[in-house]
Amino acid sequence: MSVLPRTMTPAAAAGTSGSVLTALHEWVVTVDHKRLGIMYVATGIIFLVVAGLEASALRLQLAWPGLHLVPPATFNRLFTMHGTTMVFLVGIPIVFGFGNYLVPLMIGARDLAFPRLNAFGYWILLFGGLLLHFSFIGGDGLYGAGSAPDVGWFAYAPLTSPAFSPGNATDYWNLAILVAGFGTIATAINMVTTILTMRGPGMTLGRMPIFVWEILTISALSLIILPPLSAAQIMLLLDRFLGAHFFDTQAGASAVMWQHFFWFFGHPEVYVLILPGFGFASEIIPVFSRKVLFGYPTLVAASAGIGLVAMGTWAHHMFVVGLGSGLSAAFTLSTMLVAVPTGMKIFNWLGTMYGGKIRFATPMLFCCAFLFQFLCAGLTGIMLSVAPFDWQLSDSYFVVAHFHFVLIGGLVFTIFAAIYYWFPKATGRMLSERLGRWHFWLFVLGFNLTFATMHVAGLLGMPRRIYTYPADRGWEFWNLVTTLGVPLQIAGVVIFVVNIVQALRSGPLAGADPWDAWTLEWATTSPPPSYNFEVVPVVSSRRPLWDLKHPDDPDGPHE
Amino acid sequence: MTPVGTSAVSAAWRGRAGVIGLIVAETSLFAVFVVAYLFYMGKSLNGPFPKDVLELPIFITVCLLSSSLTVAFAVGALRRGRTHAAGIWFLATVVLGAIFLIGTGREWYGLIVGRGFTIGTNLFGSTFYSLVGLHASHVTIGLVMLTLLCVFAFRGALRHEHIERAELVSWYWHFVDAVWVVVFTIIYLGRG
Repeated sequence: MSVLPRTMTPAAAAGTSGSVLTALHEWVVTVDHKRLGIMYVATGIIFLVVAGLEASALRLQLAWPGLHLVPPATFNRLFTMHGTTMVFLVGIPIVFGFGNYLVPLMIGARDLAFPRLNAFGYWILLFGGLLLHFSFIGGDGLYGAGSAPDVGWFAYAPLTSPAFSPGNATDYWNLAILVAGFGTIATAINMVTTILTMRGPGMTLGRMPIFVWEILTISALSLIILPPLSAAQIMLLLDRFLGAHFFDTQAGASAVMWQHFFWFFGHPEVYVLILPGFGFASEIIPVFSRKVLFGYPTLVAASAGIGLVAMGTWAHHMFVVGLGSGLSAAFTLSTMLVAVPTGMKIFNWLGTMYGGKIRFATPMLFCCAFLFQFLCAGLTGIMLSVAPFDWQLSDSYFVVAHFHFVLIGGLVFTIFAAIYYWFPKATGRMLSERLGRWHFWLFVLGFNLTFATMHVAGLLGMPRRIYTYPADRGWEFWNLVTTLGVPLQIAGVVIFVVNIVQALRSGPLAGADPWDAWTLEWATTSPPPSYNFEVVPVVSSRRPLWDLKHPDDPDGPHE
Repeated sequence: MTPVGTSAVSAAWRGRAGVIGLIVAETSLFAVFVVAYLFYMGKSLNGPFPKDVLELPIFITVCLLSSSLTVAFAVGALRRGRTHAAGIWFLATVVLGAIFLIGTGREWYGLIVGRGFTIGTNLFGSTFYSLVGLHASHVTIGLVMLTLLCVFAFRGALRHEHIERAELVSWYWHFVDAVWVVVFTIIYLGRG
């Protein structure tokens, strides 16, 4: 591929040289990390819309007591598909998609270490996603039982045994996530290798952008936590197809075993998703505060600390199975321990903003909301880490509110920030600030209406995963408000999509460095040529572009 | 062409880091099957139990562990540019690995056909066949790669400059051997 003019997207460039088919062909056969990164993020956004619509149907059903808009069996399928899709087909692809796009650019590399393995990772993940959703029409199996899986996103045994889940719906869940997991493991190997062996001249580990550190941490973590999920899923396959007894209590096995295996993956997985969100915030907040990131080494240490402690916290999801006081105390303590490095990070970001010349552009707005909302998520997390408190509220809407504050208030908000921030780099065009503000305010309002009120419903005893409820429990007001937040969020996302389409067609040109930023990806054109850098700048500090712009006052001596 | 910003040294480390990452992930995968085996030890409600049906597979264990030595000799020979000798050592590795697989196959045949002991018989069957089978599948993948190296060596396609890649295959093979040491210890030595 030739060098692209800076005003053209890769798609547009391909389109001018041939038909739509040629362009499609180029995207399908590509092994370029930037295109695969864009494909990952676009896939994630499409699945975000799908899973968001599923959630909207759930909220409509729960808006008022005694509604019958969605039948109970369908309700179970919808929340299973919503959770599974959001974690495996929205969170993972977007996070690794940004890793794909940004890591080589940020460290001054030509591509990832194994470009073809990278393409494999994307396509196998997409296959997994399509397989999962094919269950809507193919899940009947031979028994005419059910369509999509209805076992919940963590698919507890023995509900997944053939006796309780006949048909093939559960197998679609199992196989889809298994193959998608293989793709993620492959991508994680690729990321670790790239970051450790392909950094450009002068890019020592201690000068890497925080986002790269976060990707390194979550990739290393993924290598350890994803295979146990694959192993448990292989065991489930053996149980369901070959009559093995791994989770069969009738044969003396333990159903709790699945919970241990699943949550040994499942809890660190939350950190795999949220740490890149921290990475986005750590890149964006300094640029829009016009200050150096406050406490770089502590931020790196905090990430590594979270990654390590993450693997010792899983059983806090299992307090109600009766772990015994010793284990309950141990997992309470390890979970509280996570709050220490996470709290450090909040101070890193606040310290960066303190005394800065803050520009409230859309990426910064989303980061500010993230700070508040993620703090709430962290505080309810500490509450839930206390075993007796968890006994009261486990499987209630309080928990649902908690993890939506983590994954939307924490992750999705920083993803929106990241898209507004790096969209000009990837396409060469700016998103509209005006539409961005509409998106931000609608979403922040809708999100808090929906999820802040869920805490109250949970405290009032509303269990999760019920498809309807009687009118005399005092839950109806809170559920109505929760549901009323949904259209605001949908409006926000629609404006976001309109913004993207409009910017792609006629957005103002961005130039190489529209935000006056400091990391290496802004040193090349927007969009970058397929080879990334004509000459890779020699890095001598954590802000290579600052050094280029201010040769009289380089950062190096201050670090 | 070497990518921008990387040297030949880092290109070599790229493959190594990738294989180390793969081995870490595989270790984690095996660890869960090992944990399942250990946790379900003695929890089967009905027989047969390990001590009734398992015999120490000494011969095939010796074969597999020796194959770690032969693959190391093969890589050493290739490093000194003696590709024919490398081919012979790779062939020896393939033969030793194949003997191991045949031994496992004979054991399984005896258990399944002879004694009617299958993956569905009890918890021991589930954990035993899955762990040994997972290991055997890794031996098979290793054998495919080693056979390719062997064929390439004899046809003159494998040359000194491919030393890095051959070495990575040997790392994988050593890993598969190391896993067998664990499997042998907990299943066969721990059969009670």
